[in-house]
Amino acid sequence: MPKFVFLATDIVLFLLLVAIAFYARHALRTPTLRQTWRVVVRDPAAMSAAVVLGLFLVASILDSIHFRSLLPPAPGAEANAAPAYSTRTLSVLDALLAAPREAREKTYSIPLGTHSYSKESLLVGGKTVREYPRLQFGGSHLRDPEHEWMGDVVKRSLAGLAGGAVAAVLVWLIVGALRARSVRTSVGESLRAIATRATDVPWRAMLATASLLLLFAGWVAALWPWYHVFGTDQTGNDILYQAIKSIRTAVVIGSLATLATLPFAIVFGILAGYYKGKVDDAIQYLYTVLSSIPSVLLIAAFVLMIQVYIDKNPQMFETGLERADIRLFLLAAILGITGWAGLARLLRAETLKLSELDYVQAARAFGVSDRGIMRRHILPNVMHVVLIVAVLDFSSLVLYEAVLSYVGVGVDPTTNSFGTMINSARTELSRDPVVWWNLLAAFAFMVAFVLSMQLFASAVREAFDPRARAFRPHRTKSAANAAAAPPPTGAAAAATPAA
Amino acid sequence: MVNYIIRRVGYGVLILIGVNVFTFMLFFTVNTPDDMARMNIGGKRVSQDAIEKWKVERGYDKPLFWNGAAAGTQKLTKTIFYERSVQLFAFDFGASDSGRDIGYEIRTRVGPSVALAVPTFILGIVVVIAFSVLLVFFRNTYLEFWGFTVAVFMMAISALFYILLGQFLFSRVLKLVPISGFAGGWDLVVFLALPVLIGIVSRLGSEALFYRTMFLEEIGKDYVRTARSKGLSETVVLFRHVLRNAMLPILTSTVAILPLLFLGALIMESFFGIPGLGSYTIDAINAQDFAVVRSMVFVGSVLYIVGLILTDISYTVADPRIRLS
Repeated sequence: MPKFVFLATDIVLFLLLVAIAFYARHALRTPTLRQTWRVVVRDPAAMSAAVVLGLFLVASILDSIHFRSLLPPAPGAEANAAPAYSTRTLSVLDALLAAPREAREKTYSIPLGTHSYSKESLLVGGKTVREYPRLQFGGSHLRDPEHEWMGDVVKRSLAGLAGGAVAAVLVWLIVGALRARSVRTSVGESLRAIATRATDVPWRAMLATASLLLLFAGWVAALWPWYHVFGTDQTGNDILYQAIKSIRTAVVIGSLATLATLPFAIVFGILAGYYKGKVDDAIQYLYTVLSSIPSVLLIAAFVLMIQVYIDKNPQMFETGLERADIRLFLLAAILGITGWAGLARLLRAETLKLSELDYVQAARAFGVSDRGIMRRHILPNVMHVVLIVAVLDFSSLVLYEAVLSYVGVGVDPTTNSFGTMINSARTELSRDPVVWWNLLAAFAFMVAFVLSMQLFASAVREAFDPRARAFRPHRTKSAANAAAAPPPTGAAAAATPAA
Repeated sequence: MVNYIIRRVGYGVLILIGVNVFTFMLFFTVNTPDDMARMNIGGKRVSQDAIEKWKVERGYDKPLFWNGAAAGTQKLTKTIFYERSVQLFAFDFGASDSGRDIGYEIRTRVGPSVALAVPTFILGIVVVIAFSVLLVFFRNTYLEFWGFTVAVFMMAISALFYILLGQFLFSRVLKLVPISGFAGGWDLVVFLALPVLIGIVSRLGSEALFYRTMFLEEIGKDYVRTARSKGLSETVVLFRHVLRNAMLPILTSTVAILPLLFLGALIMESFFGIPGLGSYTIDAINAQDFAVVRSMVFVGSVLYIVGLILTDISYTVADPRIRLS
């Protein structure tokens, strides 16, 4: 039995998942919320994005269950000796991807390559020659890479794509069958409805996205055991593995930092809007001070201070991973502490408006305490603002992490993140011959993640803020006129920065 | 009006005091000067003598707030708080931890920062407005749909990608411009062309979508319907009526950013080797030079507050309906 390790970010991430589950239950039971979320569920772009996000979320959950594996008992040890655990903390994802993680080459190699990317002195037939050496793992099953490589890659790619296609067909059939059961039609009828977009939920768009993902996954699964699909980095680590590991960092930064802004923003925003006068002045002063400091500098100042603290107390952290994790945790907390001003300002304005409304006046006349009014009458009615801003901020925080890592105040250098990947790509692009795959992998994963999050966020925004719906683009005039018609498929939903 | 401005300036000074006290707390009470010295000298085993010497050289050996050993008003002025924080209000930044005059550095570095930031800002506004007006002009057509999709896609790309790819494409492959650097005279154009272009492109997506909603909001108003019912063509309505009215909030909101242009573009300067304030700040963060970071925090806040005051004033100038009280 391995020893489970609970890192600070793991715990918060799981608490957050529990909270989301509670919210989902609450939303399902509240008719108005259900109705609003139904708008999101019917949006093809948002639901396709949700499929991608779901995959990313699964990866980051798997990467958030950490353990230290049990070491085999030392020879000659007593039978009842205390079990010894490995000093390396791994996650479930690490365990699943053990093969590519351990297949370390010496240095750079191109995607699907069989040879190293830099020459070495090799001993061939008693003579020393400068040559590109074969990789230790990538393509090591080929005897004559020059001639076999093409055929092997094509063969495996086709097999992988075929496997992905089979899986995709299965998913279509399963969804079709499940839907057929719930709406009581035949499977064929149900599939036809999905294919002709006659369903309420945009199953066709979701299944198309899922099929693309499955095809890609099948292709990767077929090649990864034999090659480094996205190449290797300077120290020979698999790039694809690093990109997958980076997902968790992005999710943690996005979610934890958003979460950390909420208490400040909600408490201060509502207090300022409700009490007005002196309280309002004080809170406004506080957030003007915070927002008047350029955010990168403010974050840098905080992070430098934390770094001094961490360096001063090395005994607090058992492993390097714990130290890196606490830095990630604190970075998210700092982003929260420094970033609540915008939301607080919005909530203050909303509360100002609400507290003049009749039902609040009535509550006051009935003698409900201030706290009671704020908790029961104001808070639930500003939650939509909180939700909109939270989902909109998520993706910008992921983008921000990359910038902060570049400035040197981001995550720990040992933590895999999109920022650190881009950072190393900087020197690789000016190298000769150029190393482009590291940047490509970071780019592909980051764009997929951020774009999905933005599409989903703008659908949430449109659902909760009906005014935003008017700004959605339409491809044809008829679609614009027929407001009741279903929105065009694949339409990128209106996305505007939060006011 | 004058009264109002005086009050706003007073409030600004109050904010600056807050910023000052806040950064002072952050830098000196969370960690002692000893920690800073140890970090700056480097290494785990730094002798106490070396730390003391480092502190004396930089004036960090004094008490934080109250110097009991000094006489008279010097009890207050011979402290770290006075020398390092209060003096900032006189724009006396003192020396950086590496011993150079911060004030001099800031003065010489403002030029390059402005040379990069101002063209980026002005051309950026022109391009963004043109793009968003086109989106509105072609609304409900395929052109808008694809323009919109491109903008959404551009929003999802980190600015770092634009910089890296831009440098790679224009400097390495096409060899049109130098990869980084800075020079005076006409060479300036060559050095700044790429950073300016990338600065515009990286912000185009999000800003164009934002402006687009502003134009669409404007286009739904009554006066636009009146203009159309008079029989004016869509082009005239859009460019003569909507554009002018929507420009008002856009211009007043950009006034707030104007002073911050002096700070320069942090990432852009550092990537392109432009010796401006942005790269100065990043270098200071990397070298963990707390004195410079503190000074830049102060300068940044001053510029932000100037921007706030300018915004308030520009509202009244642009829109006579708003009166300051």
